[in-house]
Amino acid sequence: MNAVTNVLRLDGVDRSFGDRRVLRNVSFDVAAGRMTGFVGGNGAGKTTSMRIILGLLSPDAGQVSWRNAPLTRQARRRFGYLPEERGLYPKMSAREQVIYLGRLHGMDASAARRATDALLDRLGLAERGDDLLETLSLGNQQRAQVAAALVHDPEVLILDEPFSGLDPLAVDTVVAVLRERAAAGVPVLFSSHQLDVVERLCDDLVIIADGTIRAAGSREQLRATYTVPRYELVVATDAGWLRDQPEVTLVDLDGARAVFDLAPGADEQPVLHAALARGPVRAFRPVTPSLTEIFREVTQ
Amino acid sequence: MSTTQATALVAAREIRVKLRDRTFLISTLFFLLIAAAVTVLPPLLSGGPASVAATEASAGKLRAAGLDVRVVADDRAAEQAVRDGDVDAAVVAGPVVLAMDEAPDDVVSALSTAPPVRLLDPDALDPLVAFLVPFAFAFLFFVTSQTFGVQIAQSVIEEKQTRVVEILVAAVPVRALLAGKLIAGTLLALGQIILVALAAVAGMRFTDTGGLLELLAPAIGWFLPFFLFGFVLVAAMWVAAGALVARLEDIGGVSTPVQLAVMLPFFAVIFFNDNPAAMTALSYLPFSAPTAMPLRLFTGDAAGWEPLVSLAVLLVTAGAVLAAGARVYEGSLLRTNGRTSLRTAWRSRETVA
Repeated sequence: MNAVTNVLRLDGVDRSFGDRRVLRNVSFDVAAGRMTGFVGGNGAGKTTSMRIILGLLSPDAGQVSWRNAPLTRQARRRFGYLPEERGLYPKMSAREQVIYLGRLHGMDASAARRATDALLDRLGLAERGDDLLETLSLGNQQRAQVAAALVHDPEVLILDEPFSGLDPLAVDTVVAVLRERAAAGVPVLFSSHQLDVVERLCDDLVIIADGTIRAAGSREQLRATYTVPRYELVVATDAGWLRDQPEVTLVDLDGARAVFDLAPGADEQPVLHAALARGPVRAFRPVTPSLTEIFREVTQ
Repeated sequence: MSTTQATALVAAREIRVKLRDRTFLISTLFFLLIAAAVTVLPPLLSGGPASVAATEASAGKLRAAGLDVRVVADDRAAEQAVRDGDVDAAVVAGPVVLAMDEAPDDVVSALSTAPPVRLLDPDALDPLVAFLVPFAFAFLFFVTSQTFGVQIAQSVIEEKQTRVVEILVAAVPVRALLAGKLIAGTLLALGQIILVALAAVAGMRFTDTGGLLELLAPAIGWFLPFFLFGFVLVAAMWVAAGALVARLEDIGGVSTPVQLAVMLPFFAVIFFNDNPAAMTALSYLPFSAPTAMPLRLFTGDAAGWEPLVSLAVLLVTAGAVLAAGARVYEGSLLRTNGRTSLRTAWRSRETVA
């Protein structure tokens, strides 16, 4: 697949429900081969955006394009979708309905069967695959749901909260499967409110709040953009002298350990030299902000 | 994949799931048993001559009348046989006919001289048959369209309630979902009706006495196409009703109008089945035509062209209701949060691209 053209792009998407504007000029890219985390609070517009991508809702303005062309129904059939509110047929077995969904996505019977068996095996559901869905545990139902989204080897994956309801081991299994798909060149967009999971997984990040995109880009880029440079210094004795150091704002001081921010554009090396001049330095490192901190900052 | 292929996949799933459903299998079996019982049992039950106890003196005349005569020693024994329930009646000296609580007509007539009788309308139907046949047709259409209609609505709601509809709509055109469901429901309902019809015909062949089968055959033959289009008409309403609600528990709120649309014609046909003017009107109204027109054919009231006209009216109505039902279905299918008003569904601008 071509990484340059295989981009899913939302461009100036607006959507209202009645008088309530849910999305306002929403634009972002989901690039080929990358896991794009989509984060935002409840009601921020994640699910609405995903439904618009899947054609379940139509945008009031703006458009969604795939490979530089407006999305068509035919193209969408090659997408994989895991809806926010889960559900498959309660009275069918996981295997039977995953095969059925594969066939609805255009696979022939034997290809759908092969793909289903391979996926259920991979997701650890092979043994319970012939049980009626309603008799499976919630975690196993969730695995079946993941299989349903992946069975037809989709060109694009749109996953709304794919990890909710999974135990940590199952999260790892699903993550491994999704990474494989991404490595094969598939753009993967997944939403989550578990920021630690997103932090661990995503290559790119889109942050939405109140229907507007607050930040979008690669994880490193966002970290660089949205926080002042912060450092941690551990010396042998007391680090209180940092208070008088130019261009330094102390964030936290605990005896020999200090966390400080540098003024924008300032160089961190003079601080290190100053510390070395006063005695041994045990540690000196940049503190990268957690996703939670970035999220708080951009959504405020 | 084309819409046709998608439709076939959807229909195949619906049928596969239904054929595994125990309730469906039991209800089908139940209908078959009723059909067999209704056609086989009455002739068997009413069949057989009355048994009568008599002394040897009066036995000859009774035997000649084809009665089952049990010869007893004396009148006391004859009376005792009646009291014990061994025989239906007894003939004692007089002659006097003894019976428990009902005068045994065939014994009485065997002992009487009847005046000659000339029937002016020898083809007229047995009143019991004349009542049962309309009832059977109306009941069959009513129960089948109601049962299968509700099941189609439930299947629509199940997909909304479980949200699987979001995956389906992202994969196939909404019309393929709708068509698949309607086709599956219609095939199952028609299949059940045909099985019931076959059971009834087989039952009548087995016990046929008065040429009832020949009388009924054209009515049954016409009933099938009328049933087909009548069912599509009702099913389209059920699809729309199902799409308006998001949870199975809420189906009561939307099902009443659809149920009335089937129930009122059912009662009208039952009550007016001996009123030719009313039946003529009912046989052209789309909701009652599926039962009323085959009945008029059965009773011989309808001219040859009438079922064709009525069928055409039904077909056009079913087509229009189907188009409206499809629009409501499309307009409300993805509104999975609570009840959608008919107005909202109708005017929904959500066109899935």
